[in-house]
Parts: sequence; structure tokens; C-alpha cells
Amino acid sequence: MLASKSLQLGAQAIKGLSRVSHFSKFVAPATITPRKPCVQDGELYSTTATSSADGGNEEKEKISVTFVDKDGEETQIKVPIGMSMLEAAHQNDIELEGACEGSLACSTCHVIVMDVEHYNKLEEPTDEENDMLDLAFGLTETSRLGCQVIAKPELDGLRLALPAATRNFAVDGFKPKPH
Amino acid sequence: MGVFRAMIARTFSAATSRSLRVCVVGSGPAGFYTAEKMLKAHEEAEVDIIDRLPTPFGLVRSGVAPDHPETKIVINQFSRVAHNERCSFFGNVSLGSSVSLSELRQIYHVVVLAYGAESDRVLGIPGEDLSGVHSAREFVWWYNGHPDLSQLAPDLKNTDTAIVLGQGNVALDVARILLRPPAELATTDIASHALAALKESSIRKVYLVGRRGPVQAACTAKELREILAIKDLYVNIKQDDLQITSADEEEMKNSRIRRRVYDLLSKASSSSQTHPSSGQPELHFTFFRKPDKFLESSDKSGHVAGVKFEKTTLKGSGNQIAAGTGQYEDLKCGLVLKSIGYKSIPVDGLPFDHSKGVVPNIRGRVVSSSDVGQPVDGLYVCGWLKRGPTGIIATNLYDAEETVTSISEDIKKKDLTSEFASGREGLLQLLENRKIKVVTFNDWEKIDSEEKRLGSLMGKPREKLTNWKDLLAK
Repeated sequence: MLASKSLQLGAQAIKGLSRVSHFSKFVAPATITPRKPCVQDGELYSTTATSSADGGNEEKEKISVTFVDKDGEETQIKVPIGMSMLEAAHQNDIELEGACEGSLACSTCHVIVMDVEHYNKLEEPTDEENDMLDLAFGLTETSRLGCQVIAKPELDGLRLALPAATRNFAVDGFKPKPH
Repeated sequence: MGVFRAMIARTFSAATSRSLRVCVVGSGPAGFYTAEKMLKAHEEAEVDIIDRLPTPFGLVRSGVAPDHPETKIVINQFSRVAHNERCSFFGNVSLGSSVSLSELRQIYHVVVLAYGAESDRVLGIPGEDLSGVHSAREFVWWYNGHPDLSQLAPDLKNTDTAIVLGQGNVALDVARILLRPPAELATTDIASHALAALKESSIRKVYLVGRRGPVQAACTAKELREILAIKDLYVNIKQDDLQITSADEEEMKNSRIRRRVYDLLSKASSSSQTHPSSGQPELHFTFFRKPDKFLESSDKSGHVAGVKFEKTTLKGSGNQIAAGTGQYEDLKCGLVLKSIGYKSIPVDGLPFDHSKGVVPNIRGRVVSSSDVGQPVDGLYVCGWLKRGPTGIIATNLYDAEETVTSISEDIKKKDLTSEFASGREGLLQLLENRKIKVVTFNDWEKIDSEEKRLGSLMGKPREKLTNWKDLLAK
């Protein structure tokens, strides 16, 4: 446990050094000391991860993602490239529902991308994702499903807001919703 | 021995005297999301979920279509809730016949009613009682193996045409199940009796009939896309029906769902073939038709042979309504499925708003009908019983949050646990006295394993047990 923690800290320290010279741009792999691949607590590699061009000897790069809950509380986590935001949230005990567990059959992992620049860097939603977003509560112009937002280097610093559960459930004047 | 028992009794009551005893009636999404949030918000709470069926999960098991397995994945989350040591599931316990509402309110500090809507809206038009006219709910429960409807035996062989009244997602579900090649359904968890009937079905034409236009159709994009994609299906949508008014434009501007559904219907209309080839299955979207009466067959007395419709036109703006034009049109058929909405069933001792079909409440707190507007202590409501039969599974997430927030506020104001409530022990004792066989979650898991085992022998994810006797034998 301790050994893996110091490895983790080591990785952060090295990243910190590299970042100084490259601002927010992705740090080229060559500047990172190759490490033996390992699985650390809470950093399991997603099965949806695309294969690394560098081969298996490097630990996956991670990006920084901040979740902002409906009360404004912020939680910053590190997400390995290739992992979905839903999976990352669950591994870090962030309260993001995922009723259908990432099968594009619900809208409960709805997140709001807080920076338009990051939103624009995402792949366009598929018809299937749009069909589910239709049903999401508190839908905004920069809404996406958390299970479809996959960590990539350009998203470092991503800020995701969890939608507020502000719904009026009074039956009077209730607008019929599909089921 | 007596001392030992007394010690156990003392330990028991010491442990439970601090607990908030909660009973949730109904184990569908509303019930389970409520239980989950109560357990999370109150570390001292003990939650018992009761259901009149031996099987949990409500409409996730009996409503979601067999060819929509991803929608049922939420059962994993609900099962985790049931496994919480402070939570219990008790099936085969019916509110009203096994235990009364007033008894539950004595046994528990908090009672949350989440038993949904197990009845149907009626049209109230002549011929509604003719055989061959069913509610979509009955048809859905039948193909999903609900033990109450396993004997429905709808006649799918006397006709080639079925009319579905309504154009919501449930209407699309029943149309799709009628039109999909049975071989495709054979690998789902559809009830065997339904699969057998569908294999022999002669139904080739299905009409989905709405009172209003394509802009008002209540279905959503995913389901519409799915039905339009059925292999070799002839889809008929009249170009004339797709004309939109400025009021329609306004409706679509305010609703992304409506816009995308309309676009799908337009595309389907323009790209479809001009007429069906012989024997090709047909799906007709019929708009601006309001059912006036069901027509009786002249050959088969007491059986439906068609529906007389009145043509409608839209009036008003915002939520446009269908107004009759005095012109009529008949459509022939041998099966009618009414998909016009569910309705909740009132229970003795429970305030009920018969016009809206819900329990009167303020943010989940049940309010008295006699002492108007006054919340009834310790009694809450969640789900369709609270807000009417609309929404999706996820809607209950937010609904439960609201109800649990109300409960939490009320508990802060008045410490309910100072009054003793026997909770789980009290309920189980009462049920034992009445010789009611309680089905625990563990018992359900045995049913679950058996269904999966039987299913694996037939290439299905599960083979549902569809009668009460088999379900209670586990």
C-alpha cells in the first residue's frame, strides 16, 4: 500500500515538473520516466481504454477532472486516459448515478460540462446518446452523459457539474412526460 | 432458558429502540430509490420494503419490454439496496389484505406508499367490454409473465389487424412485440406462453392511433427509431398529417424531444415505399382520430371487429387539444390494445384524489382530504401514486429525493423514535399470526436462480415462473 502510494506521489512530482514548461499542453511521453505497469488503488485501467502507442511499459497518463455537486462542493480526481467519467466517479465515491451501468439505456449519469472549450473538444454525441439526453433532467447546452465522456489529454482540467435535482412534482400543471 | 430469552429480548429492544422503523409499500423504482435514500440519509433507519408480489422490482420486471434488457440493469443497484443489513424485502405481503394501512402506521414510525398504478384509464365508450379489447397494461403483463395475467390468452389468430390506441412508449412496445419476428423474441426473457402465442399469431398490420398529430405523439426518439428499424416493415405515415401549424412549431421549439420525434416521423414518411408488398408486415401511424365506439363482430358475437373514430382537429395553443369534427371513419381489426394511461388504486384509510388518480400530497407528505391540506403524520407517498403514471425510471430518483427530504425535515422537527414501534418484528409476528407466507429477498434469489437456470436450457436469459403456486413454492 505504502509502496504504491509513493509511486503515485513520484508520478505526480514528475508531472508537476513537466507541466511548468508546457503549460496546459499535453506532456510528451518522452519526458516521463517509464515505470513498470502496476495497478494501484482506485486506478484500475478501464476496459474501454484504447491501447497505448507506447506499448505496455508506461503507466497511463491521467487528467485532472473536477466534479461540482449540486451544493457547489468540488471534488478533484485523477482520471486515466481512456476511462469514462462515470467509471471514474464511481471509483472515487462521487455520487453520480448510473442505473444502466453505461449501456446508453438511461440518462442518470447526466453531467454538465462547465467550460465550453472542453465541451467542444468532445466527440459529437451519437443518436443513441442524444436519445437519452432528451430525457435528462435539467438538460443544458453543454450536457453530456458521463458514461460517454472518455478521458483524453485535451480534457485535462475538465470541470463537470452534477445537475441540481430541482423538479416540481406537483400534479397540477404537470407536463406529461414519456414512459 | 428464560433468563437467556429475556437477555435476547433486552438486547433486541435495546438495539431497536433508537432505530427509525420505516416501511416502504411497493418494490419498484419508487420504492427502492426511497429505501436507498432513507438508508443513506438516516444511519439509524431500518427499512422494510413490502410488495404484494413474491417478486420485487415492480415494472422493471413486469413492464419493461423483454427486448430491452439494458433498461433492467438497474435491478443490480436495487439488489444492493436489498442486501443492506438495515433493509429487508418482504414479498407476498399485500396492503389491504395481508396488513391494513392503520396497522402499518402503528408498527412503523414512517410509512411510504410507493405502490404505483395497477389499473387503467377507461375510455368510457360503447363496446369497451367486447372480447378482444384489452388494456396495454394487461397485454404487457401477459408477455412479461406477471402471475396475475398468465391466463389472459389474447386471441392473436382471428385477425391480421390490431389497433393500438395511444402513441406513447408503451403503445410502441406492444406494437413492436406484435410485429417483431418471434425468432428474435425467442432469446429474450419473454414469457413462454406469450412466445408460443406470438409464433402462431396472424397479426400482420398494426395501427398506432393518436387523437392528435405527430408533434403531440408521446413516444420518444429511441423507441421510435427502434420500431421503424424492424426488418422488412412497411411503415405508413400520411404526408398530409405531417403538416404543421405555428402552434406546432411553438411546441417543438420548447421541446427537444418533440422536435426529434417529429423529424423521425417525417423522415420515415418520405423514405417509405408507396405500398406494402403482399404479406409484408405493416405499421400505420394514424393521427387525428378519437375513438368513438368499438364495433361488434357480426360473425363472432361479443367480439370486437373494429373501431369507429371521429376525425379531430387541434385547438388552442401551448398544450393543444383535439376537438371532434363530426366526421367519422371505421377501421377494421380483431384486437384492440388501449394504451391511454395507467391508474392508481385507492386503499382503505388512504386519502385519494379520484379525478387525478393520485394520493393528495405536498412534496410527498400525504395530506388529509377531510382536514384539507393538513399533512397526515408519518405517511408519505412516492412514484406514480404521488405524481401520476408518467415519467421514466429515473424520474423516481428525483421524486424519492423530494419525499425523503420531506421525511428528514419532519424527523428533525419531531423525534419519532421516542415512540416505540415494533417494526420488522411486529410485522413478521402479525403476518405469522395470519399464516401469510412471506417471501424474503433470499427466497427471491432462489426464484431468480431457478429462472436463470431454466432460461439457460432454452437460450434465454431467464424463463420466468408465471404462476403464484410456483413462485410461492421457493
